[in-house]
This record gives sequence, structure tokens and C-alpha cells, in this order.
Amino acid sequence: MSTILEMRSITKEFPGVKALSDVTLTVEQGEIHAICGENGAGKSTLMKVLSGVYPHGTYDGEIILDGTTAEFGSINDSEDRGVVIIHQELALVPYLSVAENIFLGNETRNRFGMIDWNAANRKAHALLERVGLDENPTTPVGQLGVGKQQLIEIAKALSKEVKLLILDEPTAALNDDDSEHLLELLRQLKAHGITSIIISHKLNEIEEIADRTTIIRDGRTIETIDMSEPGSTQDRIIRGMVGRDLEHRYPERASVVGDEVLRVEHWSVDHPTQIGRQIIIDASFNVRAGEVVGIAGLMGAGRTELAMSIFGRTYGRNIRGEIYKDGKPIQVRTVSEAIGHNLAYATEDRKHYGLNLIDDIRHNISAAGLPKLAPRGWVNGNEELRVAEDYRGSLNIKTPNVLVDVGKLSGGNQQKVVLSKWLYTDPDVLILDEPTRGIDVGAKFEIYTIINKMVAAGKAVVVISSELPELLGICDRVYTLAFGRITGELPVAEATQERLMELMTIERDQPLPTKETAS
Amino acid sequence: MNAIDSVRDILTRNMRQSGIVIAFLAIVVLFAALNPNFLSPTNLTNIVLQYSYILILAIGMVMIIVAGQIDLSVGSVVALTGAVSAVVVIRQGMPWYVGVLAALVVGLLVGIWQGFWVAYVGIPGFIVTLAGMLLFRGLTFLVLDNKSLSPFGGTYYDIANGFLNGLLGGNGFDVFTLVIFGIAVVGFGVSQWRTRQGKIAYQQTVESMPLFVVKLVAVAAVVMWFGFQLSISRGLPIVLIILAVLIIAYTLVTQKSVFGRHVYAVGGNRHAAELSGVKVRKVNFWIFVNMGVLASVAGIVYSSRMNGAQPGAGNMFELDAIAACFIGGASTTGGVGRVGGAMIGGLIMAVMSNGMQLMGVPQSMQQVVKGLVLLLAVAFDIYNKRRASVLR
Repeated sequence: MSTILEMRSITKEFPGVKALSDVTLTVEQGEIHAICGENGAGKSTLMKVLSGVYPHGTYDGEIILDGTTAEFGSINDSEDRGVVIIHQELALVPYLSVAENIFLGNETRNRFGMIDWNAANRKAHALLERVGLDENPTTPVGQLGVGKQQLIEIAKALSKEVKLLILDEPTAALNDDDSEHLLELLRQLKAHGITSIIISHKLNEIEEIADRTTIIRDGRTIETIDMSEPGSTQDRIIRGMVGRDLEHRYPERASVVGDEVLRVEHWSVDHPTQIGRQIIIDASFNVRAGEVVGIAGLMGAGRTELAMSIFGRTYGRNIRGEIYKDGKPIQVRTVSEAIGHNLAYATEDRKHYGLNLIDDIRHNISAAGLPKLAPRGWVNGNEELRVAEDYRGSLNIKTPNVLVDVGKLSGGNQQKVVLSKWLYTDPDVLILDEPTRGIDVGAKFEIYTIINKMVAAGKAVVVISSELPELLGICDRVYTLAFGRITGELPVAEATQERLMELMTIERDQPLPTKETAS
Repeated sequence: MNAIDSVRDILTRNMRQSGIVIAFLAIVVLFAALNPNFLSPTNLTNIVLQYSYILILAIGMVMIIVAGQIDLSVGSVVALTGAVSAVVVIRQGMPWYVGVLAALVVGLLVGIWQGFWVAYVGIPGFIVTLAGMLLFRGLTFLVLDNKSLSPFGGTYYDIANGFLNGLLGGNGFDVFTLVIFGIAVVGFGVSQWRTRQGKIAYQQTVESMPLFVVKLVAVAAVVMWFGFQLSISRGLPIVLIILAVLIIAYTLVTQKSVFGRHVYAVGGNRHAAELSGVKVRKVNFWIFVNMGVLASVAGIVYSSRMNGAQPGAGNMFELDAIAACFIGGASTTGGVGRVGGAMIGGLIMAVMSNGMQLMGVPQSMQQVVKGLVLLLAVAFDIYNKRRASVLR
């Protein structure tokens, strides 16, 4: 086996921060090489150095590709040498067809300088076959799911004669099936001699697919592990990433459950545009003070729709059902009313629904609780800053100060800003939608600790998640949601992943299990 | 933090803002060097009088742009409100304040009309106000019967052409003007001092004491010099007082009020704002109502300045106001922009037009230069943003 890539002593400094310090990475021809590290460890920076986003000269160190020194001035230079990076946020144009996207910027022209669409579609078809996607090349990309879009990105990379494929968090937005399909594809590409570098937080995937794993922590290479050796387990990787033994992935909590705080009964919601299509059907659940209640559901089960329809009717139409707060019926017609009733909802989609990325941490934290800072309509700026600084300290938001734009923070720190925003509204009930999506192990642990602090303070927390180990690790009680119906309710002591998965896959025409078997 | 580091820190952190201020000062120095009359008391007064209505429009426009919208109708609204006022005062012979009131009411109604379509029907501001541009221009022609009306005369004429002068006497210069400017400078100094004390109380970094004093003294010197120039000319223009009150009020509203914060939140991320309890529709509605009213204020000032109403008044004003906002650092995608920036942007346009007019540059050339300045200002902005993101 020969070495395809060697990055020697890469050091990259930004004013005031050393993002990478003397990082070394060696990738063998034809392997799948995983890079692990906490958010902010420097993984993405390293890949940006490799792909020419940070051009040669802005960093120290040497890149040797296929035995020759590479000095990339731009992404085009690196792509010419067969290095293609696929970013976490996909770069496809939703209104263009699959073929148009694949050949965007790389169009096949006939002798008149016009694009030969027949040839392009034919080639696209062949590429789609290679990635195992049975779609018409003329379909607009926006009509396809995220999983398929990811495959189209790979097809696009293949069209550029890729030798070294870099995938940044490729499965973060994918469900289990799509993830499995993607990993299988990487294995096939490997069989065809394509080397892959994969950045992922999903350690079970890495354990499954990677030949070797390089761990980066605080901008330094910690070690490269050969995954075929015994003892190369997830725990070993975690140890390297956080620099300590993470004995428990979920912090301990003494559960002191009090009175019921929120009860939702017979909740039904229709699709906002498709008349007659019911998204939530007769859902009922409750949560008590000091309790963490989980809602487990697969993608498309209606988890977010359930939460958002409750939170000020921000989703759906023809919403029916009752909400009781502290035993009394309440009306929650708008978000302000929801906040007024001390409800809070932290969205699963931080970037689109949770944060103003072009504004600073301070203003994002105060966004929902602004009336508290402005008793007479005028914001007390100094107090606002103090509040933001308080949360930076107590939630450990890693930033030099709170005047930094939120868009520049890592996922874990962004999530902490979202939580700060809602904690500042003094909620009694906090609904957290996928609170740990796309963030690293260390930050996850911190988020769990924050959840524990909240319930210890007598708040009620609802966690929506598709990660079953997470729900089992932090909840007192778990509801399952399948195809818009609550299909079961289990105390965590009786819940197992298998049992939950069974309940999560009950289709609409199947009968629900009776209460005895469900609890 | 020592003084030099402190200066560098301020400059880099506010590159966009300070860059524009530096550009403004450079343009002033350039024209002053090219033409000795540029900084004469009379000409400085003229600049204020000639561009006040664009600055008033830019105040409302910057809020619209921050919210991620645009208003193309303000030029037509200036014409319509001026026309209504002229009909009331000149044709009907009503007192001047009835004309002012009528114009304000029309501006309010225009704002409600456009706000309704944008906020509650959900049509983009670009379309609604493009329609409004035609609609209100047409109404102006109808109201005026295709004819110009003049003159206003009297108190109405003084709104944009009058001066407060001689109230406290003075020999060769107006003491009253100087007193007002003195109060303004002291007020500025006190508010800066309180901000600084507040920051210290909350353990934030502040610039070093000598730098703080130098900054205050420099601002005070420039402002007092400007005040002195006015006082040895015709005194304090009434329109400058209107403008100053509006700038101060709207700076406070945008930077310190809950409503202002909501405007930025909507422009930065509409969905996130909505899910944080911001009533997005209300915000959109009120910024257009506000714009309508401010356009009517500009209409009053403009018709007063022209001493009458013409069917073609205010043509292309919307573009000057929009350009002022973008030169002043507002973002085309919303969420970013400040009243102060838009004012500097407007002044850059004003100073350039005035300077070129003094030098006898033909109208055609003036347009070319203004177009290039707008383009370069936004290019500079993008360059800075890119640099800032690479620095990260």
C-alpha cells in the first residue's frame, strides 16, 4: 500500500487563535480514513487547508499528494488533482435537475459550444448507477430527499475523476437507512480504489467503516488508530477526543418527579397545504415537574410537527385538542402566548429556525426574553450584556466574548446559545427538538448536564430525538410516535431500543398495543 | 490596552463604519482643496438645505432595508404629500399647519396601504412599492391637475428655508446657534461618558482615557466649527433641527427599543424571529407605516424648499435614499445597517453632488461618478466581509 496523502506539520493561525498546530496526517491509498475530534478541534480547518479553501501560503507546513508537493491556490487547483470535498451543507441548486447539478461548472459542450443535454443526461445516468441511485437525471434536485442529494454530491465528485474524497459529516442529516446506504457506497468506492476521508461524530459508523482513525484535539494530532486492532473501540476514540475517560456518556441524575406541569390531549393537526392530510392524530401526553420525557420517533413521524403545533401553532392548520398547564386549560395561539405561559421550544434546525447567524451571541440570547430586559420598551444594553456573559459562563459557550457573530460558532456552541435564549425566558416546560444533532461527544455531555440542571430546578423537559440510546440515557419516561400517532409510553426502566423501535414502526392501519403490553 | 492598540482595535472592529467615515472626510478634504468656496458658511448651509429630504427618507429606508425589504415608492410619496399640502394651503387658502397635517395624514395612509399588502397579504415590498411608485405618481398628477402649484410663502416656506437667528443677539455671529450646538456637544459628551461608565460597571473593555478624551474633543471641535460656520452665515436652519431630532430619535429606536431589535431580528432570520415570539407581520406593517410618515415629512420639507408642488417632484429620490443606506453599510439581504451609517452615506452623496456642482461638472458626469461611488462602496463592503470571514 502506498501513501496518497501526507500533511506534514500543518500549522494554521488566525489572529489570536492557533487553529492547527503541527498537525500531521497520513492517508494510505485506497483506505477509508476517519478524522475524529470535538467541535472546534480543527477538523474542518484541516480539510479547508487540504482542499485549497485556505490557499498555500496562509498556513505553515507541507502537503504531499501522490508523492509530489501540492500548493493549492484555490478549490479548483485541488479538484484538478482529484481532491474533492463534500461539505456538510450540501451545495446543490434545488431548481436544477440532477444532471445539471452534477455537471454544474463542468458542462459537456458540443462543437458549437452548446451543452449537449443528451450526452450529459446519459453520463449522469451512468454516474447515478455507480452511486446506486435510481432516479431520472432530469428530476429537479429539490424534489429528492437529503439522503439522495448526498449521493448526487458523490456522483458529482465522481464526475470530476475524484481520487481523494473528503466527506464532512456526511450522515449528520440522514436517517439510518440512508446512512447505511452511503456507508455501503463508500465501501464500493474503496473497492474501486478511491480513497476517502470521512469526518463524523457518529462513532458507531466510524467503528464500522474506517480502516484507520486520526484523532485531533485542540488543533493537535493526538494519535492515529488502526481500527482492525482489537481494542479500537468507540470508547478508545472518545478517550482520545476528550482527553479523559468518559465513564458515563450520560450524567447521573437523581429523579425527583413532582406535579404535572403540561398535559396535551387529543391533539390533531392537518398538513398546512395538503387539505385533508392529517399529520398528528389524537396525540395525548403529559410531563411533570422535574421529569425528562422523551418522544421517540423516526424521521417523518411528526415529532417536530407535534412540538411546533403546540408551540404557538407555528405548524399546521385545523389544530384540534386541549392543552393544560398546571391543571388549567390554556390557549396557545401565538409564540408570544406560548412564552407567556412559560413554554419554550428549541428547534432541531438551529440555522434556519433557531438563530440569527449574522447577529452576535448577546442579541441572540436575549431574542426571546427581550421584554424582561426592556420593562418600558427600551432595552437595557448593559444588563443584556451581563445576561449574555452569565450564560457564556454557566453554559460554557466557547468564545472570546459575546459580541462574536453566532454564525462563527461551532454547532455545539450554537446549540448552547439556543438553550441560553430559552433558559432566559424562565420556562416551566422546555421542549428540546434533537438537542444534540450534529454536535460532538463532549458538547453532548454538556447539553445533558444542562438538561439535568433544569429538571433539578423543577422544570419539565421534553426531549424529541431519534437517537434511542440518548433517550434511554437521559429520560424518565419515553413516548413513541409513529406516523402521527402516539403508539406507546414506557418508563425508562422498561424501555429497550428494540421495544421502542417496535412501537415506532407501528403503521396507521395497525392496531395499537393495549396498555398492559405497552407499559 | 494602550492607546495605539486601542485605536487599531476600534478601527478593525468597525472597519466598515470607520471606513465610511474616513471616506467621507477624505471627500470633504478633496473638495475643500479643489474649491475654496466648498467649506464656506453659505455653502455648508446649502448642503444641509439641499439634501435634508434625502436624509429624512434614508432614515426610514434603512429600517426597511434592515428588515429585508425595499421601498421604491418614496419619491412618488414625496410628490403626492407635497401636492396635497399645496392644494390645501395654496388652492384652498388654509393655514400652513393644516397643509402639514394633511400631508402627514396622507403619508400615514400610504404607509398603512403598503404595510397591509406587504405584511398581511405577503407580497414582497419590492412589488408593492413598485406598484406604489406608479400609483402615487398618478395620484399626484390627478391631485395637481397636471399643473404646478406655487407659491406657499409665509410660515410654510420657512420650514425648509427659514433660520433661527438673532434670538440671543450676537455681533457678526449668532449666539443662539452656538448655544444650541454647545448644548448638543455637551449632551453628546455626557451620553458618551455615561455609556463608558456603564460599560466599566459591567466589566467590559473600554478605550483608554486619553483616547476617549481625544475622540470627544475631536468630535466637539468639528461640530462646534460647523456650528460657528452656520452662525456667521444665516444662523440655524429650521430643517437642521427637524433632521437632528429625527436622527436622534430613530437612532434610539433602532438601537435601544424592543421594536428596533425586532426589525433586526426579522431581517437577520425571519423564521428564528417568529419562533422567538417576534410578531413578524406587525414589524413589517409598522416599518412601512413609518416610512410613509417619514416620506410625508420629506414631502413637506421638499415642497417648502421648492415653494410649491410639481407633478414630477421627488423623481428618483428613492434611489438616492436606497443608495445612501447601502453606501452606509446596510446589507442587501437584511439584518445589517444603521441610521448613522445611512446618514453618512447620504452625506457622501450630498457632498459629492454639491462639490461637483460648485466645480461646474456637468450633470451627466455627476451621475456617472455617483453610480461608481455606490458600486465601489458595496464592493468595499463585500471585500471587508470576505476578509473578515477568512480571518476567522
